[in-house]
Amino acid sequence: MSINIENIRALFPVLHQEVNGKPLVYLDNAATTQKPISVIEALTEYYYKDNSNIHRGAHTLADRATGYFENTRALVRDFIHAKEAAEVIFTKGTTESINLVASTFGRKFIEKGDEIIISTLEHHANIVPWQMLCDEKGALLKIIPIKDNGEILMEEYEKLLSNKTKLVSIVHASNTLGTINPVKEIIAKAHAVGAKVLLDGAQSTSHLEIDVQDLDCDFLAFSAHKLYGPTGLGILYGKRELLESMPPYQGGGEMIKEVSFEKTIYNVLPFKFEAGTPNIADVIAFQKALEFISGLGKKNILAHETRLLEYATEKLAEIKGFVPVGTAKEKVSVISFNIKDMHPFDVGMMLDANGIAVRTGTHCTQPLIKRLGIEGTVRASFAVYNTESEIDKLVESVAKIAKIKNK
Amino acid sequence: MKSIQEAQNEIIEEFSILGEDRESTIFYIMELGAQLPDFPEEEKTEENIIKGCQSKVWLTTKVDANKVVFLADSNTDITKGLISLLIRVLSGRKPEEILNADLNFIQKIGMGNIIGTQRSNGLAAMIKQMKMYALAYTAKLNA
Repeated sequence: MSINIENIRALFPVLHQEVNGKPLVYLDNAATTQKPISVIEALTEYYYKDNSNIHRGAHTLADRATGYFENTRALVRDFIHAKEAAEVIFTKGTTESINLVASTFGRKFIEKGDEIIISTLEHHANIVPWQMLCDEKGALLKIIPIKDNGEILMEEYEKLLSNKTKLVSIVHASNTLGTINPVKEIIAKAHAVGAKVLLDGAQSTSHLEIDVQDLDCDFLAFSAHKLYGPTGLGILYGKRELLESMPPYQGGGEMIKEVSFEKTIYNVLPFKFEAGTPNIADVIAFQKALEFISGLGKKNILAHETRLLEYATEKLAEIKGFVPVGTAKEKVSVISFNIKDMHPFDVGMMLDANGIAVRTGTHCTQPLIKRLGIEGTVRASFAVYNTESEIDKLVESVAKIAKIKNK
Repeated sequence: MKSIQEAQNEIIEEFSILGEDRESTIFYIMELGAQLPDFPEEEKTEENIIKGCQSKVWLTTKVDANKVVFLADSNTDITKGLISLLIRVLSGRKPEEILNADLNFIQKIGMGNIIGTQRSNGLAAMIKQMKMYALAYTAKLNA
């Protein structure tokens, strides 16, 4: 089945506007995707008709909202093929999901002299929580190096693994370069030395089919807003036995079963990790985003995005002065680049003048940018609603900009 | 020498020819940046970097016949162009003139909208630093 992009675009109100006198070309999808009308309407509808606090209320509205809320959890389980919905915890984003693991799994299981492995490709959200934990515990952070093309060096990874390794926390797809890591192999190798694995799925979940049972990852962290869903909502998947063995993250309402001044008994999964009133409206609206994705089919989405990626990669490469950054064999639909003798900020501003939205800078991956020996990149990232004619506009503008310094 | 306001009016006039077209405005700004006198490499120190800018901006001064002369550079061409405009308006003037300058040309040439909030903060930091230098010289001259 192929998908009709014009029909899809019609579902996204934000795409139909002019920016700086030019039709908007939105190519900053790795930062956040736009939202279909179904998600936007679900948000307002919730506040119009269903608003109430969930899980506790003894009235019809509370019951209705609880039903919708838990229905999203069940859909997320299907989306990542988890064994059970109780393994799906709602957080405020990928960053909080990772921090949750660092504070709870980390607090309980990481000790002095233990080692945590991450890679050079990581987003700051998958670096800093581990540095903080290592500082606190006297553990060591080890970094998997990469090749110049942005692929991690698997043989170096294997050398870092030992019985001291307690956790491998690795990005599935790089936000800066698009590199898809061979995570199944990475996970198997970590398990062979008894280490657990956290997968940062912020950039992979919108593009790739995710099956946590097949991958056998111990944790998966991702965000709703990169999946056509609302901002301020993230997911942490964890294997039940691990989540059971971890202490709670925050204390408060919802996460308890019984409280007395002498002793508190914690609630069961997933509520043990969801203290306080959750982000009810966004969780409920996220259901519509998941339905949007499953309605199109991940395979079809990926096929379309891959076509765009290949087309853009080929066309941009013809431009004099175009320098691609990150040329891994396996990539999601992200193109990072520079123009010879130009700063990425300048290129980004000139693209913006042409109505083209991209991201410029270090993309929250300063160690990676430093490793590549550059100041930053211009990043164009594609989603299912982007078209070949939008790529043509990007190519045309980049060519014009590149000419300033590359005659 | 033209007054600060005259210098600003001249810039506003120049940019008015470009109309509302952002792309032409940016191209022109970059051209102006390219015409800035070379900045000595040895002055590109951590001390001379203006804090609060997204891109790197180096600024130094010297005093020539009681007038403050600014030298600046940046690693991005658009920023360099913006600094060249500030230098055109403020450099070679008495410290008190710089301190009292009311800079309105940035908004009037539409640059405020183009550079957006984050870079506007950077630009404000540049102007503040230029005025700080002027203030320091005033103190020195009056000492």
